[in-house]
Amino acid sequence: MNATAKGAPALSFARGVVSIAVVLLLWELGARSKHWMAGDLSAPLRATLGALGFKTSYLPCVGAAPPPTGVLRSWAAILTDVGYWQSWAKSFLRVSGGFTAAMVVGIPFGLLLAVNRTAFGVAFPLFEVLRPIPPLAWVPASIIFWPTQELSISFVTFLGAFYTIVINVVGGAKAIDVRYFQAARSMGSSRWDLFRRIILPGTLPSIVVGAVVGMGITWEVVVAAEMISGGGSQIGGTSGGGLGFFIWNSYVGGSYEQIVVGMISIGIAGFVSSELLRLLGRRVTPWLSQR
Amino acid sequence: MTAAPFVHRETAAPAWRDVPVAPGRTAPVAEATPTRGAIRIENVVKVYGGRSGAVTAVDGCSLDIAAGEIFMVVGPSGCGKTTLLNAVAGFHDISGGRISLDGQVLCDSARPQAPRGSDRVVVFQNGALFPWRTNLENVIFGPVMQRKLSKRDAIDKAMDMMADAGLSGVEHSYPAEVSSGVRRRVEIVRALMNDPKVLLLDEPYRALDALTKSVMHEALLRIYYKNKVTIFFITHDLEEAIFLGHKVAVMTTRPCRPKMILTVDIPHPRDYSVLTSKRFRELARATSAAVHEEALKAFQSGEREG
Amino acid sequence: MAEPALTSSPPTEAPPLGLAAGELVASGVSRSYGAGPERKEVVRDCSFTIERGKLSVMIGPSGCGKSTLVRLLAGFERPTEGTLSLDGAPITGPSRDRQVVFQESALFPWMTTYDNIVYGPRARGDRGEATRALAETLLEKVGLQDFRDKYPPQLSGGMQRRAELARALINDPKVMILDEPFRGLDALTKELMWEYCARLFEESGRTNLFVTTDIDEAVFLADRILIMANVPTRLRAVLEVDLPRPRRLADVAASDRANDIKAEALSLLHEEAMKSFAHGSRAAADFVEAYANRRGPR
Repeated sequence: MNATAKGAPALSFARGVVSIAVVLLLWELGARSKHWMAGDLSAPLRATLGALGFKTSYLPCVGAAPPPTGVLRSWAAILTDVGYWQSWAKSFLRVSGGFTAAMVVGIPFGLLLAVNRTAFGVAFPLFEVLRPIPPLAWVPASIIFWPTQELSISFVTFLGAFYTIVINVVGGAKAIDVRYFQAARSMGSSRWDLFRRIILPGTLPSIVVGAVVGMGITWEVVVAAEMISGGGSQIGGTSGGGLGFFIWNSYVGGSYEQIVVGMISIGIAGFVSSELLRLLGRRVTPWLSQR
Repeated sequence: MTAAPFVHRETAAPAWRDVPVAPGRTAPVAEATPTRGAIRIENVVKVYGGRSGAVTAVDGCSLDIAAGEIFMVVGPSGCGKTTLLNAVAGFHDISGGRISLDGQVLCDSARPQAPRGSDRVVVFQNGALFPWRTNLENVIFGPVMQRKLSKRDAIDKAMDMMADAGLSGVEHSYPAEVSSGVRRRVEIVRALMNDPKVLLLDEPYRALDALTKSVMHEALLRIYYKNKVTIFFITHDLEEAIFLGHKVAVMTTRPCRPKMILTVDIPHPRDYSVLTSKRFRELARATSAAVHEEALKAFQSGEREG
Repeated sequence: MAEPALTSSPPTEAPPLGLAAGELVASGVSRSYGAGPERKEVVRDCSFTIERGKLSVMIGPSGCGKSTLVRLLAGFERPTEGTLSLDGAPITGPSRDRQVVFQESALFPWMTTYDNIVYGPRARGDRGEATRALAETLLEKVGLQDFRDKYPPQLSGGMQRRAELARALINDPKVMILDEPFRGLDALTKELMWEYCARLFEESGRTNLFVTTDIDEAVFLADRILIMANVPTRLRAVLEVDLPRPRRLADVAASDRANDIKAEALSLLHEEAMKSFAHGSRAAADFVEAYANRRGPR
């Protein structure tokens, strides 16, 4: 950006930075208030509300949150712990496995539904009936049904991305402009040709969208599934359960800073995965990014 | 090729003649010569300060528009004609010169930006009807919001004006439910409801196909014959300009300045047969070279007319 | 983005006599959509002939049903009544014999210009050297040889049209149908395209059908103008345009004969266009009546 650039973009960037900094500061102060004051920061507020007749027990405990500095300290300590990185690996593997399975099954399935009317008529209603059931609601059924804990978590992760990918593929294929088909047919395309050279590339943008969204959902599901099912091999402490289990364990174990560490870790992991997918998507659809 | 002689006479006020009266309707009364809405643009300059340096959009442009005249401004896109319109309407300021309306100064060096007012109403290129209001509600919006008319009176006036414009039957439809030709007419009626001195039109028919356009032209003229408002009309379509206008100003591409001013001495009221008349073709031939020259210049510098 | 120059070969001495094929006949064609009270009849009892080896222009007000006729002729839709045939053979579906270029670009956005152009032959399994050479020739002819590896979104409107023309022409169709192909282009590009298409026609003698709402376009390009009525559409009139070929913009603009044809077309078309304008209001009906009366004494 040259020196004479208009101030507007720089200003909004500065605004963003300032607002984040302010929130961090408030968080820090709020968390430390327990140490600085006799009681909670919110004690006077509670007193007033109590006097007005509100039940003070329903207010959140501001002072109970771990401060950012504490979180950073805890994080620095954990970085050398193998178990932490094992949790990363574990979650990543589950996500990759579930996501890949969802793509491998979902894309062809979606395309089949889009091109074949019989298949659509048979499979789509069933699909739509099952879709409203949240993947997490499947966890108990999955544990019963699948032989190992690992498979049951993977199945639930698979479901999360699967629905999204199929819906996007079907929608994308159906949204291809009919004029492309007309042009192709008038030039003598066979059905296979139509599929290979019109439907596939035409659906690619939607596949990419489905993948990116599906990846986000997969992360959500993995974390929750890990929390609920106990994360597979439980050796105690922070080892071997995945990031979701790591968070849950931190809560149970009382190290609240680690909870936040876990949360941020998952956020970063999800963000990195989605960005990688987005980059890959752009490589695969060169015609969209060129203007 | 010798240029056709430009007749610089003051056109007499158009009177109603030769329009057959359909049974059941009374003949329209000849209007008196319009007295308001004369615009004088004197040596107007407009410079935009940009990141890459100053751009002179308008440089020393002078135009004289008589009261009640249809004044067409022709030029390629981006040449600065919209800047002129915006200056007259009061959306932009000017960097030099003066614009006055009926003798009163709108903007000059002392006050670079003309005040916005309902005496000068703009109809834009891309429809600006409120999609959440019916056509009638759109039309009465101006006067009611400015409290110039009560809602009852505004509705009465609107119904009349819409009927005149051939819009009976669509008053209570929403803009999205009617064709683009109808929408354009609704916008013009909405503008005229404010009883302006000047109607400013910025390529209003650009998006329409050729046949709809020609019908719209006649509709506009019919509306004009009933309300002798000054019309300042920007277009890149030379035929449209010559068909509608009393005067046609061919502008140079940036900076904007009148290259040639043509007085169209084809009498009003006009209809589509004018398009193939001898005089029309002469006028078109005389001006098309100039228009093409400017269009080519703009084309080569990366702008597009269409 | 600067427009690349169009390379047009010099006009031949005498235009070819026209191919022996390429006559489209519509007979009693009707087409409606929907059923019951929602039924909209777009084409009613429409019959016309697109003569072989000629450039015909179909002109009518916007929304009159011309695009529906194009789809019927291309074979993308079937008529509810009547028949359409090419050289006597009934039209039952799309075919390489009838290539269409639409107003909105149907270039495949995920393929480069070159891949788009060779799509037809490739789809038929033809990957030969001759096809490659033909594609290169066409690329040069439309002036896009420098843009062969670009994607359609990177081309301007005019360039996309030309790429579509090349894509259609490589299939050597009997009939080329162009549905308002120049709508939305700026006036300069449009006029260049008119001349260009006139040249293409004059060199090949192939049957061409243009659909438009622009009378100047029709008069410039056509050997015959088919004037269509407002919806439900049918053929209203046929005007023969006997202007000399090769057509040049300057010549046609100066020609009195062209002006006469334009005047005749204008009066017919204006009446048809006004029918959309008048939708039940008294003032509009008077408008139409006034103009109908006006044409009387002329």
